Amino acid sequence: MRRSLVLAGVVLCAALSSACGRTPAAEQPLTFWTFGREGEAIVKVLPDFERAHPDIHVRVQQLPLTAAHQKLLTAFAGGSTPDMTQLGNTWLPEMVALHALQPLQARVDRSTVIEPDDYFASIWATNVIDGTLYGVPWYVDTRLLFYRKDLLKAAGFDAPPGDWAEWRRMLAALSDPRRHTYGILLPTNEYEQLMSLALQQPDPLLRDGGRYGNFRSAGFKRALTFYVDTFRLHEAPAITNVEAGNPWLEFGRGVYAFYLSGPWNIGEFRSRLPPARQDDWATAPLPGPEGSGAAVAGGSSLVIFRNSPHQQAAWTLIEYLSQPAVQQRFYDLLGDMPPRRASWAGGTLRDDPKARAFRDQLERVKPTPPVPEWERIANEMQLVAAQAVAGQLTIDQAATEIDRRTDLILEKRRWVLDHPQPSAEGGR
Amino acid sequence: MNRQHAAWLFLAPALLVLGVFFLLPVIAALALSLTDYDLYTLADIRNLRFVALGNYWALLQRPLFWSALGHTVYFVAVGVPLSMAASLGAALLLNSPLARAKPFFRTALFAPVVTTVVAVAVIWRYLFNTKYGMANFVLGHLGIHPIDWLGDPHWAMPTIIAFAVWKNFGYNMIIFLAGLQAIPLDLYEAARIDGASPWRQFRHITLPMLAPTMLMVAILTVSGYFQLFAEPYVMTEGGPLQSTTSVLYLMYEEGFKWWNLGSASAVAFLLFIIMFAVTALMLRFSRRGGES
Repeated sequence: MRRSLVLAGVVLCAALSSACGRTPAAEQPLTFWTFGREGEAIVKVLPDFERAHPDIHVRVQQLPLTAAHQKLLTAFAGGSTPDMTQLGNTWLPEMVALHALQPLQARVDRSTVIEPDDYFASIWATNVIDGTLYGVPWYVDTRLLFYRKDLLKAAGFDAPPGDWAEWRRMLAALSDPRRHTYGILLPTNEYEQLMSLALQQPDPLLRDGGRYGNFRSAGFKRALTFYVDTFRLHEAPAITNVEAGNPWLEFGRGVYAFYLSGPWNIGEFRSRLPPARQDDWATAPLPGPEGSGAAVAGGSSLVIFRNSPHQQAAWTLIEYLSQPAVQQRFYDLLGDMPPRRASWAGGTLRDDPKARAFRDQLERVKPTPPVPEWERIANEMQLVAAQAVAGQLTIDQAATEIDRRTDLILEKRRWVLDHPQPSAEGGR
Repeated sequence: MNRQHAAWLFLAPALLVLGVFFLLPVIAALALSLTDYDLYTLADIRNLRFVALGNYWALLQRPLFWSALGHTVYFVAVGVPLSMAASLGAALLLNSPLARAKPFFRTALFAPVVTTVVAVAVIWRYLFNTKYGMANFVLGHLGIHPIDWLGDPHWAMPTIIAFAVWKNFGYNMIIFLAGLQAIPLDLYEAARIDGASPWRQFRHITLPMLAPTMLMVAILTVSGYFQLFAEPYVMTEGGPLQSTTSVLYLMYEEGFKWWNLGSASAVAFLLFIIMFAVTALMLRFSRRGGES
């Protein structure tokens, strides 16, 4: 009995001393989570940072994109979040709802590197939830048109479409179902295309502060009609991206004249299409219902977790990664487009004709509704839209059905908003 | 201290472990399935609401739950007979007096069971790659067009079934082998003297004598196959077009992707009820068969 008591004492002492004798915060590594390809590029940028800041040692953990979301939530539930992470701006509202993120406005105000006015306004706005800033944009992502210049020219069009009516005429001219050529590829299991068209409308996608769906609005119905008509007129094949297989090859062969996608495809088309084809394709801003239209404000931000003991070190790294020169290097390494106008003013980006449309479009992007449930809602929206494409639902029925599903998903949010907890801020 | 107390004392460690690591979590999960535990609750526990059977009701109205159940039943209905046939076939071959190098083949056929699913799945994904895969290469020589094994919604589940059968048949093979070796040889000898063909020996001696083993293997395999998760998780991520989303995969997505733990627990209990019913039916069926 006495022996076990002594043993317990020894164990306790050991536990205590290791807790007390913790190395000071500055010597501990700064943990930084990255998702997907960004992790591979960041390790090439970090040595320069660590040379400039010898007191900070950064430990990068690369997570696959498919596992990132659940990993973040599990880490939060288990109290093992990193110091900072890359965070897609559709996931930001979720982390904010968990009170997991550190507000950053005070640090931005003191910063000499980060100038909010230099950032694309809508991209910056995706980091502001209920008036509080939680992240600094790292790279941007939006969806616009890739198109075949030569095919358009052969059909008598010298410039990319300026509005929906013109776009429709081009789609009609370039589609021939008998020869299996289509104006555009719109995979029926991707929601980004329909969402981009819907964001161009004046009506918001959710109403009453994100309490209810607003898909029965005239604006959304107009977007859904345009989307569904494209299939009904056989200007797009009703297939999923699984069935589409290799869209780059087919685009090169002229099966599709338009392709609605994001910045990473500049690199894909450059590497996948033969050199002789490189002058035949270009990018263009997304046409709107009347004149040039908006597109989705996507991308990733850098955020600091509230319970991180290395707030200052994390902020130093965010400031470093926000320098235009570093962002330009990041574009060269990866093709991730910078969120700052200053970063676009130099380097390879400035003179890249394929990137110019993105620069133009980024001045006219719109954020998705800042609710944690958005990704689920967008998924449901697309499932219903695919039914409308298949002819199972009319536009009105589809809009009503999307609203019904959205209102179900948002039920808990409504309840939480209507029952404010006295000290919700003080939660975990 | 009387005998009964002593017995309980000896049982106590096992009961304690079972209670803490099995019974308690199950009760907690049951309680969780009656609430709407979700992301907001994770942020602040006061956002927890009691919803009674609301989660179950909502699930029964979700098309995705029914399609996931359909995929799981498809997997079980095709996978279990195939798996048992493969196991029994391999066991018969190994048990045959003509077989050579038995220890080697026993180990080789058992090897897939002890390999990790993830490592093996990588190799299978190469084998069934549309362009470079061995499967299509062989079919190509037979003049059959390449099949998009894991990308085509109609072919993904059969591929998963083939993978699961290959991965698991070795385990049941060992059990069958033990069952076969327990059949007295004089039965076969008597049958041979009576002039019974090998098929009739199999039909009238091997199968009846193996019946108890078969029942156990069938129940184990059915309950194992209902819990289909790792194979689609590593091979197809539930796709294409959710054609390989099983009930357990749905639970995983619901729980850890969307963090609706209340609803995910409800899925788990629905699956438990279904598996319980199927196993009970199988037991009953076999008992009746035994009596007749």
